[in-house]
Amino acid sequence: MAKDVMEIRWHARGGQGAVTAAKTLAEMSLAKDMYFQAFPEYGPERMGAPIQCFNRLSKKKISTYCGITQPDIVVVVDSSLLGVVDITAGLSEDGIIIVNTTDEPKTVRKKLNLNEHKLFVVDATHISLKSLGRFMPNIPMLGAVLKVTGLLEKEEAAEFLSKSFSKKFSAKIVEKNIKALKEAFGEVKGE
Amino acid sequence: MAISNKLINSQTNKEKTGNDKTINNSKAVAIVGTDAVSEAMRQINPDVVAAYPITPQTAIVESFSQLVADGLVKTHMVTVESEHSAMSAAIGASAAGSRVMTCTSSQGLAYMWELLYIASGLRLPIVMPNVNRALSAPINIHCDHSDSMGARDAGWIQIFSENAQEAYDNTLQAIRIAENPDILLPVMVLLDGFIISHAIERVEIIDNDIVSKFVGDFNPPYSLLDSQNPVSVGTFDSLYGYFFEFKRQQEEAMLNAFKVIKDVGKEFGEISGRHYGLFESVGIEDAEFAIIATGSAAGTIRHLVEDMRSRGIPIGMIKLRVYRPFPAKELAEALSGLKAVAVFDRSDTFAGNMGGPIFIELRSSLYDLQQRPLAINYIYGLGGRDLSIELIEKALGELIDAARSGQVKQTVNYLGLRE
Repeated sequence: MAKDVMEIRWHARGGQGAVTAAKTLAEMSLAKDMYFQAFPEYGPERMGAPIQCFNRLSKKKISTYCGITQPDIVVVVDSSLLGVVDITAGLSEDGIIIVNTTDEPKTVRKKLNLNEHKLFVVDATHISLKSLGRFMPNIPMLGAVLKVTGLLEKEEAAEFLSKSFSKKFSAKIVEKNIKALKEAFGEVKGE
Repeated sequence: MAISNKLINSQTNKEKTGNDKTINNSKAVAIVGTDAVSEAMRQINPDVVAAYPITPQTAIVESFSQLVADGLVKTHMVTVESEHSAMSAAIGASAAGSRVMTCTSSQGLAYMWELLYIASGLRLPIVMPNVNRALSAPINIHCDHSDSMGARDAGWIQIFSENAQEAYDNTLQAIRIAENPDILLPVMVLLDGFIISHAIERVEIIDNDIVSKFVGDFNPPYSLLDSQNPVSVGTFDSLYGYFFEFKRQQEEAMLNAFKVIKDVGKEFGEISGRHYGLFESVGIEDAEFAIIATGSAAGTIRHLVEDMRSRGIPIGMIKLRVYRPFPAKELAEALSGLKAVAVFDRSDTFAGNMGGPIFIELRSSLYDLQQRPLAINYIYGLGGRDLSIELIEKALGELIDAARSGQVKQTVNYLGLRE
């Protein structure tokens, strides 16, 4: 079937803000006049337990409401999930994997036994500790996703995040998140 | 990079949507299904909302309570101690002549059961969004249609929504339908639990003043508080009274509802560009076989059906929007001449291989046709079990086999069941 919808699966642990990241990505694609879905894997969420959440993004109206089993992009927010969760499940050979890790792409590729998949890495943990002063890798990972997909330019994304987060957080927190987002844009690297 | 280019270059939806003309009086937002409903409630600004505030209630009441607290609506909000009391309070307020809404889900709707009949019997135009979720046991909080199907004979109009946009649109239209003097019946607006209620989607919110004008004011024909025109409500009516005649009048109101629902859907199309009827059909005119489904599943199925049609496969589909009243005549007309139909049900009747409720009623609707299509039933998605593309394809394969061979291998099938 012709695919005009980009499907993303986020892997994280409960409490790492992956659902917020997926939600923010949906809101950002609205700014691009796109259609979108963002939904969690429904069930009890426990702090630290592996969770998944999902995005569908398209220029056209989206009418599929089934679960996402063959994503185009897999985002791994917590590298301790590698080897614990089957992160490549359903991912096609030309699929993209974005991992939060300190490892080089080739190390991750070997660890995950990847062949054709495009792989990108970013040390979102370090970025979040540096910018936010605590471990909250969701916004840096969102930055990496935006950079890899080319959905929004860096400044565009920063402006949007500023507007969106200002409704909920203090100016200081907003500023720190923007810094984290921008840094991830610059630091994500692939092979 | 590759994927985003593919996205950016693909044609926009506006080129594709046929009869939906673009109307520039709305704002697109990214919200979950429950917020789409509470947005509609904000714009309706009902006089009274009586609701049970905790589980099994959904986030609709949570966000609407916030609107009340923020002074964004003038609604008198009554938080009661049970769903039974929620419907009781709604009935009282509606009999007093107010525009009344409440909302519920799953066990909450089940607990309202005896009051549902009182609301419809007293001809009170209460509008109630219901987030479709399974009924226990085993305990399960996920989507299926057992809750509202349990209330199918309670005399309420029932309208299904495919997505968050339709949940918003249907809630606005429900007020007009319920309060129409030829109808005066309560209306349930249905949306799929979690799949729609908890997922963020793009929703067009129509400008406030346009919605206010569309919804209009409620002029109750009777009011308990109108001392100049006193009425009795909820009187005793035994063997020598008019109970039977009252019930027949409820059926009459349901018959009137077909036209009113279509008229309101058309008028709503004029302000939104989104037109609504009793059901939506895709390619039925030149189809040899078709699928009938409702709720979010209809969206996934449409995606597949359109793809198959583009490859020359003579398939069509019908998305059932209005389940009560059941548009039997129109459905039979649309499906007459087809070789086979597959009906998807997200609930079971436990009637002993009779199939789901939509199947039973649709098959009965086809009975008087000179040439009846073969009918197959697929019960799917109970307790939130995912209806994947692969499962729909499996059902479609069997539908095509039935149409070609002229024989149905198995009438009632459980799709996605672990066996």
